[in-house]
Parts: sequence; C-alpha cells; structure tokens
Amino acid sequence: MSDLTKLTLKGAIDGLKAKSFSAVEVAKAHLDAIAAANPAINAYIQTTPDQALAMAKASDERIAKGEAGPLEGAAIGIKDLFCTKGVQSAAASNILRGFKPPYESTVTSQLWRDGAVMLGKLNMDEFAMGSSNESSAFGPVVNPWRAKDSSQNLTPGGSSGGSAAAVAADLCLAATATDTGGSIRQPAAFTGTVGIKPTYGRCSRFGIVAFASSLDQAGPIGKTVEDTALMLRSMSGHDPKDSTSLPVEVPDFAAFVGKSVKGLKIGVPGDYRIEGMPEEIARLWDQGIEWLKAAGCEIKSIRLPHTKYALPAYYIIAPAEASSNLARYDGMRFGLREEGGNLTEVYENTRAKGFGPEVKRRILIGTYVLSAGYYDAYYLKALKVRRRIADDFEAAFKEVDAILTPTAPSAAFPLGQRNDDPIAMYLNDVFTVTTNLAGLPGLSLPAGTSQTGLPLGLQLIGKPLDEGTLFSLAGAMEQAAGVSAKPAKWW
Amino acid sequence: MAIDAATVRRVAKLARIAEPEERLEPLARELSAIISFIEQLDEVNTDGVEPMTSAVHVTLPMREDVVADGGDAERVLLNAPKSDQGFFVVPKVVE
Amino acid sequence: MSERPPYRIQGRTGEWEVVLGLEVHAQVASKAKLFSAAGTGFGAAPNDHVSLVDAGFPGMLPVINRFCVEQAVKTGLGLKAKINHRSIFDRKNYFYPDLPQGYQISQFKDPIVGEGELIVHHDDGTSFTVGIERLHLEQDAGKSIHDMDPNATYVDLNRSGVALMEIVSRPDMRSPDEAAAYVKTLRQLVRYMGTCDGDMEKGNLRADVNVSVRKPGAELGTRCEIKNVNSLRFIQQAIVYEAHRQIEVIEDGGKIVQETRLFDAGKGETRSMRSKEEAHDYRYFPDPDLLPLVLDPVWVKQIQATLPELPEQKLARMQSQYGLSAYDAAVLVGDVARADFFEEAAKGRDAKLVANWVLNDLSGKMGADGLEFEASPVSAADIGALVGLITDGTISGKIAREVFERMWAGEGAPAAIVEKHGLVQVTDTGALEAAIDEIMAANPDKVESAKEKPQAIGWFVGQVMKATGGKANPGAVNQILKAKLGL
Ligand SMILES: [Mg+2]
Ligand SMILES: [Zn+2]
Repeated sequence: MSDLTKLTLKGAIDGLKAKSFSAVEVAKAHLDAIAAANPAINAYIQTTPDQALAMAKASDERIAKGEAGPLEGAAIGIKDLFCTKGVQSAAASNILRGFKPPYESTVTSQLWRDGAVMLGKLNMDEFAMGSSNESSAFGPVVNPWRAKDSSQNLTPGGSSGGSAAAVAADLCLAATATDTGGSIRQPAAFTGTVGIKPTYGRCSRFGIVAFASSLDQAGPIGKTVEDTALMLRSMSGHDPKDSTSLPVEVPDFAAFVGKSVKGLKIGVPGDYRIEGMPEEIARLWDQGIEWLKAAGCEIKSIRLPHTKYALPAYYIIAPAEASSNLARYDGMRFGLREEGGNLTEVYENTRAKGFGPEVKRRILIGTYVLSAGYYDAYYLKALKVRRRIADDFEAAFKEVDAILTPTAPSAAFPLGQRNDDPIAMYLNDVFTVTTNLAGLPGLSLPAGTSQTGLPLGLQLIGKPLDEGTLFSLAGAMEQAAGVSAKPAKWW
Repeated sequence: MAIDAATVRRVAKLARIAEPEERLEPLARELSAIISFIEQLDEVNTDGVEPMTSAVHVTLPMREDVVADGGDAERVLLNAPKSDQGFFVVPKVVE
Repeated sequence: MSERPPYRIQGRTGEWEVVLGLEVHAQVASKAKLFSAAGTGFGAAPNDHVSLVDAGFPGMLPVINRFCVEQAVKTGLGLKAKINHRSIFDRKNYFYPDLPQGYQISQFKDPIVGEGELIVHHDDGTSFTVGIERLHLEQDAGKSIHDMDPNATYVDLNRSGVALMEIVSRPDMRSPDEAAAYVKTLRQLVRYMGTCDGDMEKGNLRADVNVSVRKPGAELGTRCEIKNVNSLRFIQQAIVYEAHRQIEVIEDGGKIVQETRLFDAGKGETRSMRSKEEAHDYRYFPDPDLLPLVLDPVWVKQIQATLPELPEQKLARMQSQYGLSAYDAAVLVGDVARADFFEEAAKGRDAKLVANWVLNDLSGKMGADGLEFEASPVSAADIGALVGLITDGTISGKIAREVFERMWAGEGAPAAIVEKHGLVQVTDTGALEAAIDEIMAANPDKVESAKEKPQAIGWFVGQVMKATGGKANPGAVNQILKAKLGL
C-alpha cells in the first residue's frame, strides 16, 4: 500500500469508494504521520485518535452498505476556532484552555454529516488574530517549507497556520480554516496550498469562536483546487441559527473545476502594485496574467482606488468588534478564572493572564476606537471607508468577471522576524483584507516559487456568490502552473 | 492623536485587563503607532457616505416564538469555574 | 393637563417643583426569549430556562423572535407612536456577572418605535398627556443573588435574554401621583394589548425614575436615575425621598451629581450605586451578528388591524353607549375582564343597573374571595337575567339580593331560583288587599296614628312585606294602603 497521506482529498474519496483501502487505514496513516511530524511542525494542538478511528469505522460501514456521503472516510483537520462537541476548542488561547463545548459548530456538523473523519484540532493564532501563527498559546506552527539550503524555521502564515501546514505536510487530506482579513489565503500562499474564503454568509458562523463577526468567514484549505471545492460544498449552506447566513442554494463547486474560462474578463488592479512590492511577486502576477490570457480570458486594467485604506479601516473595525466579542471571556461561566481581591480584580487578572499580547493589544485598540468621543472619528469613519471599498469593487465588477492579484506581499518569513512591529505584521494582509471588508469570495492558489524556492500564491477575487467562476479560473491556472512541488521532508 | 499612559490605563480598565504600571508607557507607544497608521483614513472623503455595517444585503431573518432550548442547567454549568445548587458562583458583587 | 393643584415641596428657600421622566421596562409576553429559543416562564429552577446563547458561550449567535417584534410594534401603535420601518440593534458593552455576553443587545440610535403619547387618567377622572420619546427592544440580564453566601454572588441566567420593551417618556410628570398614574395607565395599555402581562411583583414591568427638582418655572435641574422600582407605592416613595434629598443638597449649597441610584424599599431611601458608576462608557455600536430590522409595511398594517379596543377608546364608549359616569366607566375599563363581563351582561338590559350589580355586589364578592373576573362563579348572562327580573317587576331589588346570594352559592340561573323558592313578587291586588285588611283590623291604633302622621305608613308596608315573605310589590302595597287610609 502506497502512502495514503500523499493522496488528494478527491483521490482518497475515490479510492475509498472503490474499496482500494479503508477509511480506518486512511485515518491511521494520517495519525501516524501527525505523531511523527507534530513535534517539529506543531500543526495540531491535539489529535483525537479515538474519535477518528470510530468515525472511520462508521464510514467503512456506510461505504460497505453503499451509503457513502460526499466526503465519506476523508480524514481532515479542524481549526481550533471551530467548536467541536466534547473536544477542547480553545481558539488557541489560554483563556479557553480545557474548554469542551457541549455543542458542535454548524460547519463541522455538516462535514460529519457528509462522512468526513476528524483527526484533531489545528493550531492557529490566538483567537485568529495574527498572520504568523506565533500568537498561539500552544506555540507557533512551523512551515513545512524551508528556503533552499536553509534550516531556518519559517512561519506558515496565520491565522490558519496549522491548517495550511497540516495540508502542506500531508497531515490531513484537507482542513477547515477561517478568514477575517486573509487568514485562509495568506497561509495557503505561504505553504503552497489552495485556500478559499467564500462570500460572507456562505458558511454559517454558528459555533465558530467569533473574532470580528462582520468579517469572519469559514473556508477550506486543500491540496488542490478541486479538493477545496469539494470541502466548500459540504461546509456551505444556509443556517437559521446564524442571522447573517445567506438563504441560497449551494452549487456543486467541483463541477466548475475544469470548465472553460474562455471569454471571461479578468480585472488587474493597478492599485495593488504597492510601493516596494518584491520583484518576484510582480513577476508572478504577470505570469498569472499570461496563463489566463492563454486560456482565453480577456485582461482588463481596473481601478480599486481605496485599496490602500483597507488595512487601516480593517484595523479599526476588526478590533472594535473583537473587543466586544471577547468580553464574554471573563472567568464567570467557562474558561480560565484568576483570583483577585474583588470582582473587578478577578476580571482584570483573568483577562490579563488568559489573553496573549496581540489579543490584548487589539482589545485595547478596539475599546479605544469605540469609546466616548472617538466613535465618529474612528469607527464611523472606518465604516464609511468600508462602503467606499465595497463600492470600488461593485464598479469594477460591472466590467470584469473576476480580479487577479497577488495573495501576499512576500513569501513565508522566518519565525520571530516581525514580532516587534505590529504594523509590519499587519501588512501581510494588504491584498486579502479588501474582500473581507466587501464580503467577496477570494481564492489563493500556488502559482510559483520565490528565488529561495518558497511557494508564492496568486489571489482570485469574485463577485458575491460567484465562487464557481473562481474555481474554474483557479482550475485553469493550476493546470498552467503545474505546481505539484511538496516541501522536502526535514522533520 | 497619540495615546498616553493615562489613556491606556483608562482603556485597560474599561476592557477589564490588568496592565501593570510599567507596561503603560510601552503600550501607549505601540497603540499610538497603530492609531497613526489608522489615521490615514482622514485622507478619504466620506461626505454623504452611508456607513457599511454588514456585507450582507438581506434583512434580519426572524424565528417563530417557540420554546426549543433550555431545560438543561447541567449543560450550562458544565464548564463553570465554580457553581453551586444550579447557580454560577462568582466573586461577591457589591452594589 | 391636570386641573389639580400643582405639587410643590416646601424647602427652606421656597417652593420646589419636581420634574419626572420614566423609563419603563415591560417584559414582552412571549414564550421564548428575544434572541434564543429558551423559555421565559417564571419560577423555574436556576439556569433551567437558559440556552447557550443566553449564557454567552463561544460561537453562539442571536436570532430574533418575530412575536417579540410584533408586540413592540403593537405597543407602539397603542402609544400612537411612529413605527420605524428600519431599526438597528446595538451592543451596549459593560462587564457584570449577570450579563454573560459582556454586552446587552439593545437599540440605541435607531429604535423600532419613535415618538408617541399616552393620555393618563387619575382616579377622579382628570387626565393629562405624557409624551413618549421612544420604545425599543432589548435583552434582560440575569439575576444576581447576594444573600446565599456571604463571600460570593450566585448568578441565575433564567432572565438573561428575555425580551424587554423599554418605553421612555418625556420628562412630563410633576408629582409622585402623576408618575404612579402614568405607570398605571401604561400598564393597563400593555395588558389590554396583551403585549406584557404587567405583573410588577414578578418584575415583568418595572420603572427607572428620572428625578430632578427646580424652582417652579426655572430651567431643568440635573437628574438622578433611580433604577428598577417595581411597585406603584415604591415609585412614589422613591420620588418623594429623592426630591427631598436633592432639595436639601441644593439648599445646602451643593450640586446634584448625575448618577444612578438604587431604592432601598426597606429603608425607604435611595442610595448611590457605586458599582455601576465607575467608568460609564458603554461603547455602543451596531451588533454585527444582526442585520437591520426591516418591517414590511403590509405586516405593520395587519398588526394595526388586529389591535383591540384600547382603554382610552373604551372609556369614551362606555360613557356614550351605556350612559355610565366617568368614574364607573373608569373602574370597568380598569380591568378588561370586568369590562367584558359588564358588556356581556348589559346586552339588552338596563346598563346602569347592570353596572351597579357588577361594580358593587359582584365585585365585592369577588374581591372578598380574591377572584378574577375571568373566573367568576356567576355568569354574565345570569347577572343580565337577574337585572331583567328586576326591571320587568318579577322581583324586587331586595329579593334580587337573595337571588344573587343563591346564584353565588351555585344554585343556578336566577329565574330557576325565583321559581324554586317562590320568590315571585306579589302584585295581585286582591291578595294584597286581603293581607292589608287583616293588618289594619288587628292594629286600629296604628291606623289612627297613620292618618295623622302619613310617614307612619312605612310601618304598614313593612308588615305587609313580612306577611308576604317579602314578595309583595312595594309600589302596589303603597298604592292600596294610601287608598284605604284615605291619604
Ligand atoms: Mg435605560
Ligand atoms: Zn433598558
């Protein structure tokens, strides 16, 4: 039997259906791989082997009875931000360490409904706040990729760094992730994987620990475009428990992969050509344009003039919402409680001890911008700029079917390198955050490598609910790029 | 606008996060840097622009008035740091 | 405005006027909570009516209850207020152990109901108008219990997330009496519409009272807010105490500090709530878990069409349709069930007489037994029938009392009781003449004195009634007696 962890999600599902191997074998292969790799990569906060094997066994029984679901037997990893019943769901924070929710998130429950098997909980930045996975209370994730001739540990990106690293290192067939400002796409770009943040409202937020409610969206990270399409189909769908969930049908996203993209109009925004963009990123972008041209797309230059204000607006809106969303972590009903001389001290000590520095920084910023006298100058202003950014896209999409940009302004950087400068860290999201503000779908796919041999990604941005077109375009580019390189195993 | 130590103290109090005195100055510097980054927004003309609070264009869905939850205090208290006789037990509140 | 004399408090430096505005929290009479499907029933075991949404668990999200929205619209229509077809839910952020999310979902800038008014009636029939500033929907908090453990507070989240309508008045009241009458009238309105049960004892309707004082005609003074006063009597006591306290502070050269105060019913005092005072900055912002609440105009029209007759309208109709006094009408309107009972009984009867029976005899009995009109042991139809027997002369008012007693005791319909006990009034002049002749013959001295003093006729009437077991028609007896005595 060849190494089952090397399979794509699609390959595994097909093999399981053909009974070439069993779901238990797939789960075991992955659990073994995790056991070997995790001490070095730290992608998983915990594995759930008993649950994985029990779920796999049940999958095998359903396959035997001919009752296989669309993801039957597929061994996947779940970002720690998703609440999973009876399994620690800590959002990688000390304040929730040991918290076992008595409920399941809608997204994960749909994955289990469709036959997926849970391997464990994936590491991430604390409360999904970060772009390097270093804010996790469970230690940083290490990128399975290393620069040519280097043994320096690199970041897998964040906040879904565990998800991306696990997929890249074959520690799961696919993974769930979430994206508030780029947390699916930037780590996908840093690890040579595919990630999509769907349209806001596509996936239910019920049972996902909230960071910034108006921006948070769940999505998958996978090894191929088709794999992410398969995952997204199971993760999506209207949920009456989430008031912002869209009451729309879920298309068969995988059916869009391989469809001709001839005649599609692709926008290339000059406003994304930011100052100091590394040459290799610019070249990659041009390469992407060429591939799409070759596939029969029409390339159009477009303007998205408020792009440069997306990050500042984001760093008002997201912390403001977060400061309120994280008020419930107060030591009263669940999670950490630190002692104190009175109630206020208990609150203050609990939250001081339970939250890491980046989370505290964002809570303080968010509290400040909402506080009396500053609301109009900061928060309200940011909401208006947000509207202008959304209007830019709306105007652009009158002329084009999708937009092509780089995913991140650089390749994966060394762990520890940008920790002292929050703004330098925030700049990682400069290309991705706009779609969160506008609620649009964005997909990142590996498109090439840097001079030092690290993966680089390109981003496709689509119209609301038009993930299908993104999958078609990404499928065409994936073929043209022919990127199938995996990180050399050093762990 | 730069944030000073006193503002950090006030905001930390509002957010119920204990910040030791010696952290206030460094935090004030960090937060001021972020605030000045944010203040780029002043360049944008937003006259007459409707603030955007959500990326969803539908209106608020409503549910029917049906009792379909609750009735399981044990589940609610399961993760409580302290509980007694069905209540959450918290530090003494002085009114 | 009231025609009553203005309420004034005599201070050392002269007379003071009290200015009052109220924020009433009325619990929506829904089965489930505003944003969760947990129940709202009273008296459950601690934390039994709690969903993980109410307890603020990670990843839990609010979904609004349509019925609660409908009740807010209904109440708004009852207050003749502007219904806002687009309203926003905001988060009011503060830390408190009985506020699990760390914020209350409320409506700040764009409430569901805008300006309206309420005509308030005093018991004596005078009335005045109070402006309504707004009505908004919000969540209730849980309950903190401070006396179960000397070193800890116990928290029950059963109320957490229950729907409240906060109804904010303009500062249009000028006396403790007016404040109480306002709450009473508002309570009556929501009970009429069925949007809130108005049960103040259970805390389902409670008031925050904003009190300020000023020299009559002067600028508005600084106000203090007395939180959560839950009875009409306490509202009045709290206002009187607080007004005097403020006057004393000012007259001593001090300044009133705007603050939240608590009414201690045991001591009859208000005191500063230190815990809620520090760092007052609620950082309101639109709740990103919820979208704008948009009301379909057709739905609002439908709600309007189903509004019941409101107390104000009923009061006017009771007077015009039945010729009742303002006082009687007000007492009837004070209790929908009683008003309905009256109207049922008054069908085709002498309405004033029916009102007397309902308001005096029946209300007296019910009150003594602590019964509500919904549970009256005597039916409205039977009260109507009883009045019918009086007006058609079948029985006298006196006999009617006896019949009523038997009806109350469960003997059945009045006609059957009259029949069974032979209580029909004797109007047969032959029989009455025979009885009168007998009495006159036996009492010649009385006959003589009656001829001189006509008022002594009453003695004869009494004797006839006695002889006939009270069944004689008093009118007929009088007529025959007068003829026989030559008066
Ligand atoms: Mg209020
Ligand atoms: Zn309120």
